[in-house]
Amino acid sequence: MNEQDKVGLGSLNELELYRLYESLYRIRRTEEKIADVYPTDKIKSPVHLSIGQEAVSVGVCEALEPGDYVFGTYRGHALYLAKGGDLKKMIAELYGKVTGCAKGKGGSMHLVDVANGVMGTSAVVATTIPNAVGYALGIKQQNRRNIVVSFFGDGAIEEGVFSESINFAVLKNLPIIFVCENNNYAIHSDIARRQSISEITDQVKPYGLPVRKIVDNDIFAIKNYVHSIATQIRQNNMGPVFVECMTYRWLEHVGPGSDFQLGYRSEDEAKKWMETDQLLRLQQYIKDEDRLQIEHAIDEEIEKAFEFAEQSPFPSEDELYTEIFKV
Amino acid sequence: MSREQTFTEAICEATHQLMEEDDSVFVMGLGVDDPKAILGSTKGLLDAFGPDRIFDTPLSEDAMTGVAIGAALAGRRPIHVHIRMDFLMLAMNQLINVAAKNHYMYGGQQYVPIVIRAMIGKSWGQGAQHSQALHSFFAHVPGIKVVMPTTPYDAKGCLVEAVSDDNPVVFIEHRLLHYQKGPVPQKLYRLDQGKARVVVPGSDVTLIGLSYMAIECFRAQKYLESKGVKAEVIDPVWLVPFDLDTIIKSVEKTGHLCVVDNGWTTCGFGAEIISQVIEKLQYKLHIKVHRMGFASVTCPTTTPLEDLFYPNARTIASSVYRLLKPEQSSWIPEEREDLKSVEFKGPF
Repeated sequence: MNEQDKVGLGSLNELELYRLYESLYRIRRTEEKIADVYPTDKIKSPVHLSIGQEAVSVGVCEALEPGDYVFGTYRGHALYLAKGGDLKKMIAELYGKVTGCAKGKGGSMHLVDVANGVMGTSAVVATTIPNAVGYALGIKQQNRRNIVVSFFGDGAIEEGVFSESINFAVLKNLPIIFVCENNNYAIHSDIARRQSISEITDQVKPYGLPVRKIVDNDIFAIKNYVHSIATQIRQNNMGPVFVECMTYRWLEHVGPGSDFQLGYRSEDEAKKWMETDQLLRLQQYIKDEDRLQIEHAIDEEIEKAFEFAEQSPFPSEDELYTEIFKV
Repeated sequence: MSREQTFTEAICEATHQLMEEDDSVFVMGLGVDDPKAILGSTKGLLDAFGPDRIFDTPLSEDAMTGVAIGAALAGRRPIHVHIRMDFLMLAMNQLINVAAKNHYMYGGQQYVPIVIRAMIGKSWGQGAQHSQALHSFFAHVPGIKVVMPTTPYDAKGCLVEAVSDDNPVVFIEHRLLHYQKGPVPQKLYRLDQGKARVVVPGSDVTLIGLSYMAIECFRAQKYLESKGVKAEVIDPVWLVPFDLDTIIKSVEKTGHLCVVDNGWTTCGFGAEIISQVIEKLQYKLHIKVHRMGFASVTCPTTTPLEDLFYPNARTIASSVYRLLKPEQSSWIPEEREDLKSVEFKGPF
């Protein structure tokens, strides 16, 4: 066991370790199944798979309380599941079924599960950031002690609304954690071609909030750091914090396949991230017997979710005109 | 005698009473708590409710609109104020991609009760970026309600209705209407949404004016009287939801429809009204229609051109006369002192 693993494992108990593994495994297998089913065209919705990046969502969400809230992006399957979003409803949503989390009207890019604190995901980059900030304002106005986490990618840093939102969150000392999932690419554009200051944390720091960069997708480090700041925000009325998590998308920007053949990035570059896959990393520390039991249960849960989606009806025609306005 | 208030006083009183009635209502926007208090429309609210319920914002229309939406998702009822509607261009992503869509896109799991107060400027050189009226933009997109009241009475009752609604409402005020005085009951009252107002009954032509243009139509109706033309002036008040029935009833009676939009005519709400009326009446009635609005150019600042840019009571009267009596030679009334447009001076 290397030093980093020793420290990481030492920071949590067995139950917490198992929870991390379960969550990672559920997301990975679900997305692999989505990729398998995709060629059948039963999922008529663009899918932006999170495979390779799951540790960020899982690490952060396992550090939160059930009453906390997350806002995310179109690459949102991992976040939705990590925060406790209903798996059956997610798959049904991808299938366009009325039993989906958005009754088939939102699709993969607009997952939501309000009861579990998944407050929505947006197809337009950076769009949910100010919504998360506003939610934190609402919480503060109501003297609730929950916190909000805003997830976004490295591309969102370049949107004006990101800077505007950070400024306001700091100004009002709001209970929010900004989590930047930096996978280095906006579709196929390398970050070096997009940002004048090479370190994102250097760009954010001048707004006057704590910033932290976690360089290696280390799920323990992510969970521990977020847990410590979440506690401080809750207990000490601490304001916003910015966390940059370096990570890597294994598959193409959108769709179920790989894209190394395009030449904008190399397999070599990907290799080091695949070798430090957090799922495999945790796997070695779970007793085989327990692990097989966990995996079997989740495999079954996923099978059932896909069956549920297959068997669910499409929305009836009158659904077209419902929910334009709340009545 | 009933109590009179200006449009801004009516807005201010409505806001005050709404904030008293419901703790979740709050006001945000650039300058809402400053000494000028958005032309007095937020006057006294800071003293009454404190800085958590009414606060200034950074000049970040995009993020601040997103913040208002987020707060609404958390159970608050924000009123977000913009001293010019033109600034909403910076907030379009949040208004169109989030506020209008969340309820539908999330299958009813979320709703966004926000009110956007936005003001249209006119006269004294407001120019290209202080004069625009974007109601047609918003009315185009499903999921946003649009109201543009004309009288102080409607301003109060519609603001109360807008803030009580669980959906995003763009509440449009015309700068020149802020000076209008009229009877306003003291108590909190709400006016039904999607209800047009027949300002003056008439039998010869249906004359519809949006926002401030309802005033110009009212004046035009006076000019037309001198030619024996009885115009029925209608103020739609709400564009979304829209009261087509009241207009259909009127056109069935008059057979003539002139819509004066407070905006550009191309792809504008005037075109929408006329299309809806014709679709409904075309097999029943042969109707004649006319559309007026801003000239299809950028609003110039110099007075002689600015005057040409907008329809006014006299040009409206003249156009309506031509619509009714195409065989007669054209007519434009001499300007009457009592029907002159009230202009304003000042930076805001």
